[in-house]
Amino acid sequence: MNWVIVLLLVSGSAWAGEARPMGDNPAIEARLKQLASELRCLVCQNQTLADSNAPQAEDLRREVREMIAQNMSDQEIIDFLVSRYGDFVLYRPPFKPTTVLLWAGPFVLMVGGGVALAVTLRRRQHMIREAMMTEDDRRRVEQLLSQRSKES
Amino acid sequence: MIPEIGHYALILALCVAFVQGTVPVYGAAVGNPRLMALAIPAARSQFFLVLIAFGCLAYAFFMNDFSVLYVAATSNSQLPLHYRLAAIWGAHEGSLLLWTFILTMWMFAVTVFSSHLPAAMRARILGVMGLVSVGFLLFMLSVSNPFERLIPAAVEGRDLNPLLQDPGMVLHPPMLYMGYVGFSVAFAFALAALLGGNLDAAWARWSRPWTTVAWCFLTIGIALGSGWAYYELGWGGWWFWDPVENASFMPWLAGTALVHSLAVTDKRGGFKVWTVLLAIMTFSLSLLGTFLVRSGVLTSVHAFATDPKRGLFILSFLAVVIGGSLALYAWRAPRVGLGGGFAPVSRESFLLANNVMLIAATGAVLLGTLYPLFLDALDLGKISVGPPYFDSVFVPLITPVLFLMGIGPLAQWKKAEVPALAKRVRWAAGVSVATALILPLVLGEWTPLLSLGFLLASWIVSTAIVSVREQLAHMTGGGLIGRLGRLPRSYWGMLLAHGGIAIFVIGVTMVKGFETEQDVRMNVGDTAVVGGYVFRFDGVQNVKGPNYTAVRGTFHVSRAGRDLTVLYPEKRRYLAQNQVMTEAAIDSGLVRDLYVSLGEPLEDGAWSVRLYHKPFVNWIWGGCLVMAVGGVLAVSDRRYRPAWRREPQMVPAGAQLVGR
Repeated sequence: MNWVIVLLLVSGSAWAGEARPMGDNPAIEARLKQLASELRCLVCQNQTLADSNAPQAEDLRREVREMIAQNMSDQEIIDFLVSRYGDFVLYRPPFKPTTVLLWAGPFVLMVGGGVALAVTLRRRQHMIREAMMTEDDRRRVEQLLSQRSKES
Repeated sequence: MIPEIGHYALILALCVAFVQGTVPVYGAAVGNPRLMALAIPAARSQFFLVLIAFGCLAYAFFMNDFSVLYVAATSNSQLPLHYRLAAIWGAHEGSLLLWTFILTMWMFAVTVFSSHLPAAMRARILGVMGLVSVGFLLFMLSVSNPFERLIPAAVEGRDLNPLLQDPGMVLHPPMLYMGYVGFSVAFAFALAALLGGNLDAAWARWSRPWTTVAWCFLTIGIALGSGWAYYELGWGGWWFWDPVENASFMPWLAGTALVHSLAVTDKRGGFKVWTVLLAIMTFSLSLLGTFLVRSGVLTSVHAFATDPKRGLFILSFLAVVIGGSLALYAWRAPRVGLGGGFAPVSRESFLLANNVMLIAATGAVLLGTLYPLFLDALDLGKISVGPPYFDSVFVPLITPVLFLMGIGPLAQWKKAEVPALAKRVRWAAGVSVATALILPLVLGEWTPLLSLGFLLASWIVSTAIVSVREQLAHMTGGGLIGRLGRLPRSYWGMLLAHGGIAIFVIGVTMVKGFETEQDVRMNVGDTAVVGGYVFRFDGVQNVKGPNYTAVRGTFHVSRAGRDLTVLYPEKRRYLAQNQVMTEAAIDSGLVRDLYVSLGEPLEDGAWSVRLYHKPFVNWIWGGCLVMAVGGVLAVSDRRYRPAWRREPQMVPAGAQLVGR
């Protein structure tokens, strides 16, 4: 059986044919891609590790690929990278005391906005019932409306 | 000599801006028509002065005058002429000049299209814009002068950043700034109305077209920037949640809310106070965006702090503009009436809910953009906030907005009935749910996000169809075409803009769900298959550009044995800064892009190559274009036309008529 593999390897490099993927194992490449898209290229302005063509990114990708091949879990790899480069390397900031506001903020805004909306709508209804439109407003609206009908 | 003329013109412009920002506003306060009338000649002469300054800087770039520091820093004699001229806005000082120039252009436009406005209103609007201009001119003249001399002159310029040497650079910044600065008109209208205490439906109608036009420019500007990043950066992404992109996206979100809130104020007299607040917010975010990008604070908080002059000016200017306008708001807004009443279920409430969600989304983007800066400034550690964060935060916030987008235009003003509404949209809902469930399976993959994307897109489209059908049913007489033609343009504009969102959503969904990518090593003659397309690598050759040398690869693309196209991606080395750039080659199509980008040379003539198949990616920018066209169509509606044709009819009884 071994000679078949040897023959395949030789044929791959000797003659033009199907292009070889940069990595040998597609499963590893898929995981690498997944991981690298959440990691920051440390020498770039603002680029993920997956997107970067910088040599340093190439090296780091190779390292991550080796770690995957050694059967390390995603979390182990991330922990290792954070211990070496700090949280800066993660594009998804970890949840910790200094980032509570960051993660909770948008949902606080959403819920707060919703509550404010509900309260405003209720209060407004009360106010409207008390004081309908002023005479001035009514005249103006009337005028605008009549004008629109004149136009169309 | 020429740069000194430009410098001098800026100084004169500052004097004029100062007069424009004070005298007419005072005149409006005391009711002096002659002082108010000063606003127009002041605004126009300011425009011509800044035009002269802009022309002088352009001339310095044209002549390769490297005795001007800014020209020496951003240009080079080998740079082709169109990029030399685009280099005017290639860095900080020139961008500020472009900003100010566009501000005076908008001012000039206001003087031309405002003869229907009461003189006091017009004086206040131009006065506020004059004050904004004072800030920018002062900033330029004190710490960011584009005309500063370099003595002795440099022999050769340092060249424009190669990343910026692209047709996108010629168009993207001016469009973006037209949008940013255009919101200054809405801002000035709002402040003028607050100052004058005449916050009424007429005010909303007058400022609506201005706001919509600015929004259209910003939409196009952002789309151009995104498209540029897509082909220039060489890794096929179209949106990176980069702080620079967020800086332009925040005013867009707030501006979108403003456009909708103005609609309510215009048609129903409601939301006045909220509309004013949105106008202030939108322009403040535009200012913040300009300064975030231009001050260098994003690249490094510490670099920003070590050159504190600019930073200090920026922060105080922002504080004055935002703080001042909010103070005026707090002082004046409580006196504004409520406007027409409406029930908790009505078109008004749907629009208000959409506004709240849009602002929450804006807040989330703002938080994610500024958070790392604050942590770093407070020495609490360096973090990166990137696409994974924004994607997971933004999608839940924007989904309700897209849902409301379908139902809002169908709901009646004032009071809508939930059961009746539900009945009217039931088939639209059915079609959307069916599409969401079935279409991904037909396309070969089912994921929740794919399903959500198709659900929202078909919801927007199907509810729009319901809306058109109902509109036609209400009309009598005329054939189908005739009745369609009688629908107002503002209505078509709205449908088109919403349709643009649907197109955009389809593009995003398809690209995210079905794009395929190959990262391969290719020798001459090797083939690789991506998305059913066969790419054959036919080697590289050396080519020479005007200011770079390049290695150009040749790729033959075929499908099912049929030759389709030949693509030539390049790897360029720009000579002045010895910088390497990847120039991707793209074959664009309505339903897919083929994208090739050269990586690094490997041993024995092989190259690492990235190949992408991106289905429907052009729909992303096509959707933005459709949105902008919708905006333009809405502005051309006849309801705004009397605004600058038959003005006497338009002045409402309540407004002060002080001469014309």
